[in-house]
Amino acid sequence: MSLSGAEAQETTLSQPEEARGGLLRDAVRRLRRSPQAIVGATLVLLFVFVAVFAPWLAPYSPTAQDLSQVRPGSFPGPSAEHLLGLDQLGRDELSRIIYGARYSLIIGIVSVTIGATVGMALGLLAGAFGGWVDSLVMRGADIMLAVPSLLLAIGIAALLGRSIISVMIAIGVVNIPVFARLLRGAMLSQRESDYALASRSLGVTKGRVVLKHVFPNSLAPVIVQATLALATAITEAAGLAFLGLGSPDPSIPEWGRMLAETNAYLASEPLLALWPGLAIVISVLGFYLLGEALREALDPKLRR
Amino acid sequence: MLRFAARRVLLLVPILIGLSILVFLFVRALPGGPETALLGENATPERVAQVRELYGLDRPVYEQYVSYVQSVLSLDFGTSITTRQPVAEEIARRFPGTVELTVTAMLIAVTVGVPLGFIAARRYGSWVDNLSTAGSLLGIAIPVFALGYLLKYVFALKLGWFPTQGREDSLMFRNEHPTGFYVLDGIVTGNPEAAVDALRHLILPALALATIPLAFITRITRASVLEVAGEDYVRTAEAKGMTRPVITRRHILRNAMLPIVTVVGLQTGLLLSGAVLTETVFAFDGIGRFLAQAVFARDFPVIQAGILFLAVIFVLVNLLVDLSYGLLDPRVRTR
Repeated sequence: MSLSGAEAQETTLSQPEEARGGLLRDAVRRLRRSPQAIVGATLVLLFVFVAVFAPWLAPYSPTAQDLSQVRPGSFPGPSAEHLLGLDQLGRDELSRIIYGARYSLIIGIVSVTIGATVGMALGLLAGAFGGWVDSLVMRGADIMLAVPSLLLAIGIAALLGRSIISVMIAIGVVNIPVFARLLRGAMLSQRESDYALASRSLGVTKGRVVLKHVFPNSLAPVIVQATLALATAITEAAGLAFLGLGSPDPSIPEWGRMLAETNAYLASEPLLALWPGLAIVISVLGFYLLGEALREALDPKLRR
Repeated sequence: MLRFAARRVLLLVPILIGLSILVFLFVRALPGGPETALLGENATPERVAQVRELYGLDRPVYEQYVSYVQSVLSLDFGTSITTRQPVAEEIARRFPGTVELTVTAMLIAVTVGVPLGFIAARRYGSWVDNLSTAGSLLGIAIPVFALGYLLKYVFALKLGWFPTQGREDSLMFRNEHPTGFYVLDGIVTGNPEAAVDALRHLILPALALATIPLAFITRITRASVLEVAGEDYVRTAEAKGMTRPVITRRHILRNAMLPIVTVVGLQTGLLLSGAVLTETVFAFDGIGRFLAQAVFARDFPVIQAGILFLAVIFVLVNLLVDLSYGLLDPRVRTR
């Protein structure tokens, strides 16, 4: 969870810049030697690359229809022109999967950013002030965490109405208590540490100790959580889209909805359900592996 | 133990009050207010006025909250906009199905996950270990609805081993449902065919739903057994000449149970919400699918009650988990 007392003391008191670089360099070295991190990072890079360069990578427009080839209940499967075949409306499946990566990535990043920034701000308040502020924030977090996350996201998205923005806000809000609790917990253990006491005894003000020492030293678990939260956000966004809570515009290629739409054609066109499912698995697996590897690289208990 | 239990139960009170406030405010945050929630978006102004009068929506918010809590405590959750039936009845009718599904999924996850994690830990680094690690990773990454479609295609549509959807074969007219738990109903009404049929309808959705808890239970069992097996007291027991099965049962498994129980409890709550997706894939008539349909139809009385209901179940399951700590680990009681 936190840096061990002696090590942290060294990093912040004697040679702050250099020692922090040491921690980072050490983490990077560990990541480069971890097969889990390499596979995870490769999958993540592939996913981000596809999302960013979608217009150049996709062979067709995701909305262009070729109805001449589609008959009710039977759509042309994979061919030389359409590598993954056509969907029920005669659109190129590969292009839709490629453009779908954009929506998954944007929803993931925006929602985790919302959750992490608001959550960290609340966690910082709770961890820095303690007392009734702490109680208020933490009891609020307890209540939100008493609702299973997908259920809470469904409720919020239903309330806000169907749109991609609602999905982002819903998943973001669900993440707030997780980040708040995490940062506050990490800060509490840092605040009690010897180096915080030492700084205070040197006459550094309380606020400065929190901002300059306690907060930066509490960030490692937050970075790990953010990576893992991206994996969850992509699954949850797909789940919400699957339930019809994504964008109301049917031309937008959201993986979750693409999967839901294949239900009626599952018997004859199982591949149309396979592709979006596979896309979700690959992107989620990437962030998950990377997050786990980061946890191992940044956790001082697992070091050496 | 009693004091520990009493304190833990008391801790529930603020959580439950908070939850009720959250859910109460939920429909008040709707554009158009709770009138929209109660009547739907196409209500006439007369009906809106009628409802405002009836539910006291012109009174101060705290009074409204008190009357909301009163009605919830008397199990009155309002009327569904789509089915025009009391929400409490609709939920009560569907709850047994979701329980059946969740329990079956958890049984699969525990009976496969705990032994698998145990074997993986005892044969650390072997092919069993590697396979279980890879499998649990995949289990975490694959969305339940995607897996649901895969299972449905392979085992229902292609192989025809299991039905594709529903809770029972609608052609079996003589099924009676005194309890609402269809497998149990088949047994108590002396209709074994119906019990088997209900069980066959459960298998695929339960398998799909079981993957995530299975993955987590396998991982945590492996990690926990690995940690406990390296403890001094295990080495002492070995040195004393105790047999392997006794060490495993008394020292390793018992001490490794605590984190496993935590995960089982947490995952049970998540299963309840995961059921929303799984029940939709398999058109399985439980609370999850009812909630998914309500979301689609913007049936807010149902959404509101469904979230409150499932969250309370989640909180209660976690209470049971905490209480079981007291039984499993004497140290917890004295704290």
